[in-house]
Amino acid sequence: MTILTTLIGTVAFALIAPVVGCLLAGLDRIISARMQGRVGPPLLQPYYDVRKLFEKESVSVNSVERTYVGCALLFAWVAGGVFFTGGNLLMCVFIITLSSLFFIMAAYSTRSPYAEVGAARETLQVMAYEPMVLLLAVGFYLAAGTFDVGDVLALDAPVITTIWLVFLGLLFILTIKLRKSPFDLSMSHHAHQEIVRGMTTEMSGPTLGLVEIMHWCENVLFLGWIGMFFVWGNPLSIILAVAVVLAVYFLEIWIDNNFARVKWQLMLKSAWAVALAAGGVNIAFLAFL
Amino acid sequence: MALLGFLIVFPLVVAAVLLAVRGDGARNVIVCASAIIIGAASVVLVGSNLGTQGVFFEFSSLALDFTCTGVSVVIVGIILAFAVKYRNLLAGALALVQLVGALVLEFVFAHEIEVPLGLYFDSLSLLMTFIIGVIGSGICVYALGYMRDFQAHEPEGAKDRRPLFFALMFVFLSAMFVIVFSNNMEWMFTGWEVTTVCSFLLIGYTRTEEAIANAFRQIIMNLAGGIGFLVALYVCAIQLGTFSFVEFIMLGVADPALVAVAVVALAFAGITKAAQMPFQTWLLGAMVAPTPTSALLHSSTMVKAGVFLLVKLAPVLLMSPVPSMMVMLVGGITFLLCSFMAISQSNAKRVLAYSTIANLGLITACAGVGTPEAVWAAEFLILFHAIAKSLLFLCVGTAEHHIGSRDIESMDLLFDRMPRLARFMMLGIMCMFIAPFGMLVAKWATLVSFVDMDQVALVIILAFGSAATFMFWAKWLGKLAGIAGSPENVEVTVHKTEWAALLLMAVLLVVACVTLPLISTYLVEPYVTSIYGILGQDISTDNLWIASICVAIVVVVLFAGMGGSPKTRKVDVYLAGVSRGADERSFQNALSGTSVATARNWYMDDVFGEKRIAPVGVVFNSAIMVAALVIAAVAPTLL
Repeated sequence: MTILTTLIGTVAFALIAPVVGCLLAGLDRIISARMQGRVGPPLLQPYYDVRKLFEKESVSVNSVERTYVGCALLFAWVAGGVFFTGGNLLMCVFIITLSSLFFIMAAYSTRSPYAEVGAARETLQVMAYEPMVLLLAVGFYLAAGTFDVGDVLALDAPVITTIWLVFLGLLFILTIKLRKSPFDLSMSHHAHQEIVRGMTTEMSGPTLGLVEIMHWCENVLFLGWIGMFFVWGNPLSIILAVAVVLAVYFLEIWIDNNFARVKWQLMLKSAWAVALAAGGVNIAFLAFL
Repeated sequence: MALLGFLIVFPLVVAAVLLAVRGDGARNVIVCASAIIIGAASVVLVGSNLGTQGVFFEFSSLALDFTCTGVSVVIVGIILAFAVKYRNLLAGALALVQLVGALVLEFVFAHEIEVPLGLYFDSLSLLMTFIIGVIGSGICVYALGYMRDFQAHEPEGAKDRRPLFFALMFVFLSAMFVIVFSNNMEWMFTGWEVTTVCSFLLIGYTRTEEAIANAFRQIIMNLAGGIGFLVALYVCAIQLGTFSFVEFIMLGVADPALVAVAVVALAFAGITKAAQMPFQTWLLGAMVAPTPTSALLHSSTMVKAGVFLLVKLAPVLLMSPVPSMMVMLVGGITFLLCSFMAISQSNAKRVLAYSTIANLGLITACAGVGTPEAVWAAEFLILFHAIAKSLLFLCVGTAEHHIGSRDIESMDLLFDRMPRLARFMMLGIMCMFIAPFGMLVAKWATLVSFVDMDQVALVIILAFGSAATFMFWAKWLGKLAGIAGSPENVEVTVHKTEWAALLLMAVLLVVACVTLPLISTYLVEPYVTSIYGILGQDISTDNLWIASICVAIVVVVLFAGMGGSPKTRKVDVYLAGVSRGADERSFQNALSGTSVATARNWYMDDVFGEKRIAPVGVVFNSAIMVAALVIAAVAPTLL
């Protein structure tokens, strides 16, 4: 039964998440522009960009890069399917990590020195945020009594009331996961702080289009994790969750526009320190009290 | 029972024959045939007893007891001979202590103790049987081709010790069967010591200075562990009056204080065998041995004997806080720190060694937690680690002989140069650290069992350790994934026996990952229920099936979805200059000369270096073990 629900959820996520993600990306560009005193592009600009990418000639440095990117996208969909059908949070976490791994392999497979630098940094980014992500799942389990995301709908109070510290930790690493400055080490949309184009240096045309779509889907999933903290038995809580998600997204855009990229040492140390302090303390509190 | 006897005796016979055979052809035939026979016998034993709750056989023999003592004497003799030859005082002294201890035990305390039910098997033994019988004999087959190349790489006129090598490999298999089938702890101890001495001789195989030094480091640490085992035997003989392992565990569950010293001593033996910090150096040193040895003894089976013992003790550990705390912390800290140190290594075998120690640490920690869920996870960790690690060791061994290096940096473009081997290696690596492969499913269960027992420290350790694990595997994987064009394919000269063994491991790995839910039902759950009476499983079967579907997708992509000629227009990579050669990444620089772009992986030695991290673990774990020993010896009633 779970398998069927997951399958249906994956298909639905694959259809809906790109649309939502695309709109969010458009919103991001308008808000960023306003913060910089510009008017900004139309809301659908990201869609036009990706459509144009798919119309370009297919050029690549090898035959496997797109296969890897395709796998990364596929597993991002599966992770989304698991999460939004109320499946196991840990399963979702593991599958989105698998997706990241395929993306890393895509970058390595090109053998571009620039892409390799990006891939090595992406690996480091995964290492930086992974402890907090696992502790997020554990914290959720201790607060909700289950790993199944769907069970939040049966709670009397949202999990934010017990694991707000974990929520703060998640907010910190969310900047890494959304690829926002100051933690956009592996690939950045701020041209002035990038070595060529990081991981996607050798990706072009349709392949790059797939990467964009994957990025949208991931964003939707990660914002879903944020929303999960604010949902409980009351149906109206969904509205609250959406409002919080939008506020958090705005915050991330603000951070993105106000901080310059940091070095990897600072990212690793700060992310691990936050995981230890926020995740560790919160979990210890829940386990022992 | 005949089958148990066969599995123990047959490898010994083969070993004796192999010792006499000097020709390559005859040896190939004998090893292949006996490997198939042992493998088949193991499969039959496992297959016909699926779901067993444990079967005990009435079998005891005074003659066998004396034979065991005799074997112990021979072992000590071998060690003493080496200790004298290479002037190693400590090894000699420890061997003598053990000799005296074993003789006194047998003739003063133990001669009246009889264990009627000498042999047994349960589902955990069957799991180990599968690993020893199928993976172990697969590695022996692999060794045929590997050792031929190995001998060819030796300096001119080097002595051909291959008969001894293969004999030792088969003696080792027999000893492992003794460990997993013996209910009589004295026999188990004999098997334990035989594996130690096999490992000693195989590490010192080349007789170079480094090999001998590392062999002695191994024997000293494992003799210390053996003395721990001996202490436990004394306690059993004097306090409990029995050598029956199953009775020992039952007594321990009923009255943990009574067996506290014995449990701590046995756990100590297991910890040394499993190379947990502070004993990790012997396993790292053991990597000088020929690669099949590393695969068989030092990752898939012998070190598993250590965790096998600990997993067996899990029900007792669940009841006794001090030994449990010791085992958990030692395992957990080892997992964390060895995962960190693996990041700083570029030698493939050392990365594998650190990862082995780390995973054994995780299994150790599971055993320390001791709940049904933790044991479920530990069993899967044992199984998947054994298959994936032997696959990886064998891949590294073959790559080493064909690209001339075991450095990960030299494995650039392996995907082009050795396409099949690189895919096997990638499969093995992915299985080690990424969902939905078996190893990660087991880690998942581990995490849940830690949370359920409120082991916050272990949860945090697992979270950070897993992150480090991702780092060192992913960068290796990335190195393999690079594709540049069409360098020469160098894998055409790989021996058939090597391919056969590699293929066996790869197929086993995929099958085990995809059928994980079935293995759980027929092999792992029966053990858990037979010991605890209840089933503990943290991951719902539905989720297990989702994982196995994902595995199938990844495997298909890896082996079928790649390669072939590109349908798109192919271009050179961007190098900030006109490209001159795609393979070596050379380009025309600003002065019209040729520059070559190079990129190395990150090793972050100043953050995760051995010098910085190893002492922390050594100090911590030594202190923990000393404290546990003291408490168990002085105040067992506190437990």
